[in-house]
Amino acid sequence: MSTPHFDYLDRLEAEAIHILREVAGQFERPALLFSGGKDSIVLTRLAEKAFRPGRFPFPLVHVDTGHNFPEVLDYRDELAARLGEKLIVRSVEETIKRQRLREPGGKYPSRNPLQTYTLLEVIEEFEFDACIGGARRDEEKARAKERIFSVRDEFGQWDPKRQRPELWNVYNGRIQKGENVRVFPISNWTELDVWRYIQRENIQLPDIYFGHERTCVVLPSGQLLGLSEHLQLDDDDEIVTRQVRFRTVGDSTCTAAVESDASTVEDIIQDLLLAKVSERGATRLDDNISEAGMEDRKRNGYF
Amino acid sequence: MDLLRFITCGSVDDGKSTLIGRLLYDSESVSLDVLAALEKRQASNGTVDLALLTDGLRAEREQGITIDVAYKYFTTPRRKFIITDAPGHVQYTRNMVTGASNADLAIVLVDARQGVIEQTRRHTLIAALLGIRHFVLAVNKMDLVGYDEAVFAKIATDYAELTNHFNLPAAVAIPLSALQGDNVVTHSTHLPWYTGPSLLEHLESVPGTLERSAEPRFQVQYVIRPQTAELPDYRGYAGQIQSGEYRRGDRVLVLPSGLESEIEALEVSQQEVEAAAAPQAVVIRLRDDVDVSRGDSIVPLGQQPTITRELEATLCWMSEQPLWPGRKLLVQHHSTLVKAAIPAILYKVNVQTFAKAAAESAQLNDIVRVRIKTALPLAVDTYQENRVSGSFILVDELSGDTVAAGLVEAANSEYFTAPVAPPVAFSI
Repeated sequence: MSTPHFDYLDRLEAEAIHILREVAGQFERPALLFSGGKDSIVLTRLAEKAFRPGRFPFPLVHVDTGHNFPEVLDYRDELAARLGEKLIVRSVEETIKRQRLREPGGKYPSRNPLQTYTLLEVIEEFEFDACIGGARRDEEKARAKERIFSVRDEFGQWDPKRQRPELWNVYNGRIQKGENVRVFPISNWTELDVWRYIQRENIQLPDIYFGHERTCVVLPSGQLLGLSEHLQLDDDDEIVTRQVRFRTVGDSTCTAAVESDASTVEDIIQDLLLAKVSERGATRLDDNISEAGMEDRKRNGYF
Repeated sequence: MDLLRFITCGSVDDGKSTLIGRLLYDSESVSLDVLAALEKRQASNGTVDLALLTDGLRAEREQGITIDVAYKYFTTPRRKFIITDAPGHVQYTRNMVTGASNADLAIVLVDARQGVIEQTRRHTLIAALLGIRHFVLAVNKMDLVGYDEAVFAKIATDYAELTNHFNLPAAVAIPLSALQGDNVVTHSTHLPWYTGPSLLEHLESVPGTLERSAEPRFQVQYVIRPQTAELPDYRGYAGQIQSGEYRRGDRVLVLPSGLESEIEALEVSQQEVEAAAAPQAVVIRLRDDVDVSRGDSIVPLGQQPTITRELEATLCWMSEQPLWPGRKLLVQHHSTLVKAAIPAILYKVNVQTFAKAAAESAQLNDIVRVRIKTALPLAVDTYQENRVSGSFILVDELSGDTVAAGLVEAANSEYFTAPVAPPVAFSI
């Protein structure tokens, strides 16, 4: 009998399901960090493949910054209901009040760094020992260095010099009390792989991923930021209405849109094949602060 | 489209990170914004430092060396690649082992001015030990030796001697300059005497990830029991097929208990299928209501692995704390975690010559042959027979750290004298 042929999407899928099942087998109280973005949506599909007809052995956890796109929140609630899985939402707003944190100021007030506080609070509240996230190594050069099972200390800190060797597909999730493990099942996927998988699996996404008309403010970099109540506009800001879509869904205050007519997943894949700018480069305002922006945030507990 | 996973190895300063940077750059796999960030940091002579594409940590940029494994991805019209950029520094050999454990091919870099050196031998042998069978000898920095054919020929001959001596498959030797871009992606006019493929052409054409025709192996990762009104009795054993193929109706053994049953159903992505093969993630349902838990193996009758509580293994020791005989540790054999003791270090392997030498202890980065006793029986094959069921890690019970990579060399069931106990779940 000839060996069946598996293409790279089959292999990536099998690897991710294997990792999810290792989490279920090794940890007492795991959680799946769910933002409503495409990567975490793909994780929920992989979890269905890993655990159905049973239930997920973990809840979905959303750290809501209060600066989310409303379409994404609607999608989040619908998906959790359709899956019949538990959704835990914790808000950065509440953390700010409770810990008396200072709100970021400026014209485009990103709450991204504050997410870490809420994440660490929710980990403590539910005593999560493993948090599954949709981060990919192709996103950023510090991420490219991170293990699939990434051990964090009780402050959530990542120490890149003290990472455990990770051999074959044997994942070591043994930790001390207070530590937790961040697990990245789609580490080896690229942005294009995620879209091809969405196409293959016919996964529904929030509308903002597809081309639509939106009123935006033009940033000095030329990037377009969707207009929202959280932005502090000046009189001389240029406001335009353009056909745009989002390549990534973070906070509305730090996630730029790209101009696009793409109305289907196929169109988006064609867009990406021609794209000359990386996903984060095109859309994120918060990674370019310094050469080690992402590394430093991860050292501080960012997911 | 298929996938090739490869690792780059060689000594520090041989130009591994630059080579990967060049592969990505010349194959137009670098985004404009990443290039712009790179150009901001360009050297005083105006050239872009391609190594910065992979050296992503602050400490790496400070020291100009690679400390930890980086993974990079690129695609050509012919193939998709996952590159593992492993450190060359002796101090970080354990990270090189990490990278080699998942690779199909190794590019061994040699500095044309230095030729084959100790680290070339060490990395080649570690890659070979871990089962890599495709080797590329990349003779780098040819620009610094005047693109001299004789220099290349001498190094290629020296390396062939090395691979011959250790019975490794012959390497494909390619002269190149990562810095100048000669023969990495495009053929170079500086090397008219070389008529072979460029590095990328070779990577596009070698055989890719192939499942070896090994015996079927499957380990249970998780038991699915919905216990709902519609599915009150459903029990599915979820796991990844590690090797070979499984079919509905196969007579199987559950190990280590030795209970016999039959595959009643095989599910992939919630669909029942007739057959499934490695590396698919599946759910197996058995006809009989036998006791099966995480870590148990399900294998076809007559093709079972060795069941043993005593084995011989090669260890790559990865901890700063040395290993002394008598040490108690945990063996993590994929989804099984058992207590173990190492009563004896049989010998230490000289990683330059592979000669055996007596050793009282194993120090960081040492490769040693040991005897291991486990508290519960394991179902193993030798690493040579099966890269999955023959591999394991050792874990320090207190710190939780991974302290060694283990390759099963011999597992003799004659060691196994006690009767097989009923399976004891030791969940991890």
